[in-house]
Amino acid sequence: MTFNGILQIALFAAIILVLTRPLGGFMTRVFSGERTLIGRALGPVERAIYRLCGVDETTEQHWLTYAVALLLFNMMGALVLYALMRLQALLPFNPQGQVAVTPDLSFNTAISFVTNTNWQSYGGETTMGYLVQMAGLTVQNFMSAATGIALALALVRGFSRRGARTIGNFWVDLTRCTLYVLLPACIVMTLFFVWQGVPQNLGAYTEATTLEGAKQLIAQGPVASQLAIKMLGTNGGGFFNANSAHPFENPNALVNLVQMVAIFAIGAGLTNVFGRMVGNERQGWAILAAMGVMFLVGVGVCYWAEAQANPLLAGLPVDQAVSALSPGGNMEGKEVRFGIANTALFATITTDASCGAVIGWHDSFMPLGGLVPLVNMLLGEVIVGGVGAGLYGILLMAIIAMFVAGLMVGRTPEYIGKKLEAKEVKMTVLAILAMPLVILLFTAISSAIPLGTAGVANNGPHGFSEIFYAYASGAANNGSAFGGLSANTLWYNTTLGVTMFVGRFFIIIPALAIAGALAAKKTVPVSAGTFPTTGPLFVSLLVGVILIVGGLTYFPAVALGPVVEQLQMMAGTTY
Amino acid sequence: MLKQIRPAISLALFFTVLCGLVYPLAMTRIAHVLFPRQAAGSLITNKDGTVVGSTLIGQNFTSEKYFWGRPSATTDTDPNDSTKTIAAPYNAANSMGSNLGPTSKALVDRIQGDAEKYGATKDHPVPVDLVTTSASGLDPDISAAGAYYQVARVAKARGMTEAAVRSLVDAHVEGRLLGLIGEQHVNVLALNRALDAAHPSGN
Repeated sequence: MTFNGILQIALFAAIILVLTRPLGGFMTRVFSGERTLIGRALGPVERAIYRLCGVDETTEQHWLTYAVALLLFNMMGALVLYALMRLQALLPFNPQGQVAVTPDLSFNTAISFVTNTNWQSYGGETTMGYLVQMAGLTVQNFMSAATGIALALALVRGFSRRGARTIGNFWVDLTRCTLYVLLPACIVMTLFFVWQGVPQNLGAYTEATTLEGAKQLIAQGPVASQLAIKMLGTNGGGFFNANSAHPFENPNALVNLVQMVAIFAIGAGLTNVFGRMVGNERQGWAILAAMGVMFLVGVGVCYWAEAQANPLLAGLPVDQAVSALSPGGNMEGKEVRFGIANTALFATITTDASCGAVIGWHDSFMPLGGLVPLVNMLLGEVIVGGVGAGLYGILLMAIIAMFVAGLMVGRTPEYIGKKLEAKEVKMTVLAILAMPLVILLFTAISSAIPLGTAGVANNGPHGFSEIFYAYASGAANNGSAFGGLSANTLWYNTTLGVTMFVGRFFIIIPALAIAGALAAKKTVPVSAGTFPTTGPLFVSLLVGVILIVGGLTYFPAVALGPVVEQLQMMAGTTY
Repeated sequence: MLKQIRPAISLALFFTVLCGLVYPLAMTRIAHVLFPRQAAGSLITNKDGTVVGSTLIGQNFTSEKYFWGRPSATTDTDPNDSTKTIAAPYNAANSMGSNLGPTSKALVDRIQGDAEKYGATKDHPVPVDLVTTSASGLDPDISAAGAYYQVARVAKARGMTEAAVRSLVDAHVEGRLLGLIGEQHVNVLALNRALDAAHPSGN
């Protein structure tokens, strides 16, 4: 670890802190329909969309209607995406002549992009034509992000309203989010990325004759426009197979910094939106503080682990020490322009949020370095988290935390002035149990049957980690991978598709039910007996609950993978 | 509930057109006007119009008289059997890493082989980036230490003085942005082109 590395991590954290409040203020105004500059400019467009599409923007929806609208819309998105992949050989914008995507891969990819997971069992430049990249994948990058944000807003309204039947209008939330937040930001980011070297064209791949006279075919495409929403919407699906490690998808350290900030920006801003909408910004800051503590611990461990020399190479004439001229440490699967600190930082951010973009291969991380992204996902991606998904995820954990606190003092638990009763707690537990169920079940099966073990690239405990990581990534809707796993098989495409679906919608539906139940409740006035949810005690309790729930559920599986591998590595064992 | 069907279908189609066609195609037009070189992939073209490569994409260098880039794990389809793949370093149409874990025997063996290729010894160990594969398989850069490590070999193969080669490397070491962001690196293709320009007889 170097002073400069720590400084770069601190710089990133400072930028996020500075952005949180202004972004929160802007989004609050947009989503509550207040006047904004961009709202005045695009207002007529918004109203025209509603007229065109048969949306009554003046009517709000009951939580069930909201859920039906959300599900129908996501289903439509999946169908369009599936059709585009299956038919791509017949469609335009396909200069490389990419052939129809297989049914199981199309199924997996459609669910993957609709659920904001962006797990990729394929390599972009060898599988997808430009039309699929643009009208299929880019569109779902926008829509799945807007869906997540809409849902977070619905849950926040549950807390902020009293005696209400409705929690907002899904179509309005979706449209405003896309039109006023995502699209304008992406236009600016796209132009910045192209300026810095990210390609944006529709041409065929370029054939170059290298300095040594060999032929090199260079993949091209409309990369920048997809890259912008891939980061801002915490989607993470790479245009290219190497994702943001590809020099075209991340040409330099400045672009890399912007990408990292984009992953956290909306998620951090939403904590402030939450604070503002429930009438006390400190409620938002407390949530962000809990996230911040876990983020710093994660990035610290990951950076430390990756900066270590691999003891198994100690006998070889290789210089693994860090110096002014050499990055040192574990450089396998990392890029020189990013080095150790940025790669560890990016890996932590991308799995804290449900992004899943990578600038280095987590599969080649040191055992404890790879443990950090894995644990981040297993904790439910509540550390800033996916856009929207992170906020509703951590609010569910806050409900559990307050429930536990209520049990300790023998008082009906409250959060943000709402009494938490049997229905809310049951729904929360349902949402929290969905993830471990699919992760542990499918990991166990895949580790035991040949269909599963056939895909493993590394032997020993690392191979188990590859399988475990895949299902954790799917259920948490992350999409990053221990990339050695050959996942483009009927078995993995299908089970991971199911995993991603459960990980998304089995949390969204209970969360909406909670939103509806909370909105209908009265607000309890603050009294001397109210547990303050803006101070360090609440932050510690929340972090404690998140770690205990995650720890108790997954410790045995984690021990079988990265922990055993670390011990074996120290003992000098190779596989 | 049935009232939600029309918005579901029409908004899905509307946003497919807006975010999937209007937005990327407009961005492509604007990018082409504002930043034509970058939008096309930062290509390097010779005087006769042939494309030599991209400033951003690494190339596979094997000749003694060039600086070598990092090992690359990219593959290509086996021309004899389309169900298999073969090693094809710096295949810029199929980016990938090795995905070998730290306890992998294949990793240790490969690193040993690459260290031997550089003639590394205990007293003259090779910098780690030169024997580890990059994430993309297309890393255009090596570390400054990695470049200086190869000066003697390149100078000998070209019949240049080590001082001359070293000063070329000095000129190609790119520092951190504002002295803070990113890592120091040397673009191998740019360095090798400068080498050819400075010493054409090396060809």
